Amino acid sequence: MDSVIQHIQGIPLNHYLIFCSVIFSIGVIGVLIRRNVIIIMMCVELMLNSVNLLLAAFSAYRGDASGQVFVFFVMALAAAEVAVGLAIVIMVYRNTKSVDIESLSKLRW
Amino acid sequence: MSIFYFVAFLSIFFALMTIFAKNPVHSVLYLVITFFTFTVHYILLNAQFLAVVNFIVYMGAIMVLFLFVLMLLNLNKETEPMRSNLVKIMGAIAGMCLLATLLGAFRVIEVNNDYVTGNTDVGLVQNLGKVLFDEFLLPFELSSLLLLTAMIGAVLLAKKETKESNG
Repeated sequence: MDSVIQHIQGIPLNHYLIFCSVIFSIGVIGVLIRRNVIIIMMCVELMLNSVNLLLAAFSAYRGDASGQVFVFFVMALAAAEVAVGLAIVIMVYRNTKSVDIESLSKLRW
Repeated sequence: MSIFYFVAFLSIFFALMTIFAKNPVHSVLYLVITFFTFTVHYILLNAQFLAVVNFIVYMGAIMVLFLFVLMLLNLNKETEPMRSNLVKIMGAIAGMCLLATLLGAFRVIEVNNDYVTGNTDVGLVQNLGKVLFDEFLLPFELSSLLLLTAMIGAVLLAKKETKESNG
């Protein structure tokens, strides 16, 4: 474990910022190019996770534990979001027999 | 030092595979691998509590829930709705624009290029527990309320409506 910790000591904060923005952008692209509701929810999870990692990196950088507590709350929120979201997806599938997001255009005028 | 870059490369690669895989089940499995690489990142940051929680909650619970719903709805490559190529290219360009904006913003604000050291003790369960149950006690209890509400809501939403109580 100590050798692993020694290895980290050369990572600039900037690289964490860049890496997490790349993952976040991949999540945004996924939301834009997919039509399956479940995949779109997975891309939202990807975005949440990239923000989580950045919060943890800043927390380790500042030596402040609040950031990691925030990550914990975000994870609890994500679990609640997934439970309700998947229940809605199942209900929609039962009514329309499809998980296509284009089938949910009833509210469009 | 090079471990971070290798794992970051793996994360980006599997994240890309997640959004470009045609089969939804493959997509979920790639996302599980992505989350595993995130767990490695947490270990590299010495955030041991987050690494364990990420492993158990994200990979163990949330992704299995996704996989379970995919199997329940019996989705596969044939039933997968796909957008047209034009929309795909436009979406990719929009995402790249977001990335370019973010990177440009980072260049302008000039984050001081200090090193993130993984030898802080803030990520250990002992220290996080002290902060969580002292400073953040009220939000912690409220999050339990949130989870309870979400559970009841999910059961209510997914329950089949019986003919007797269609009101």
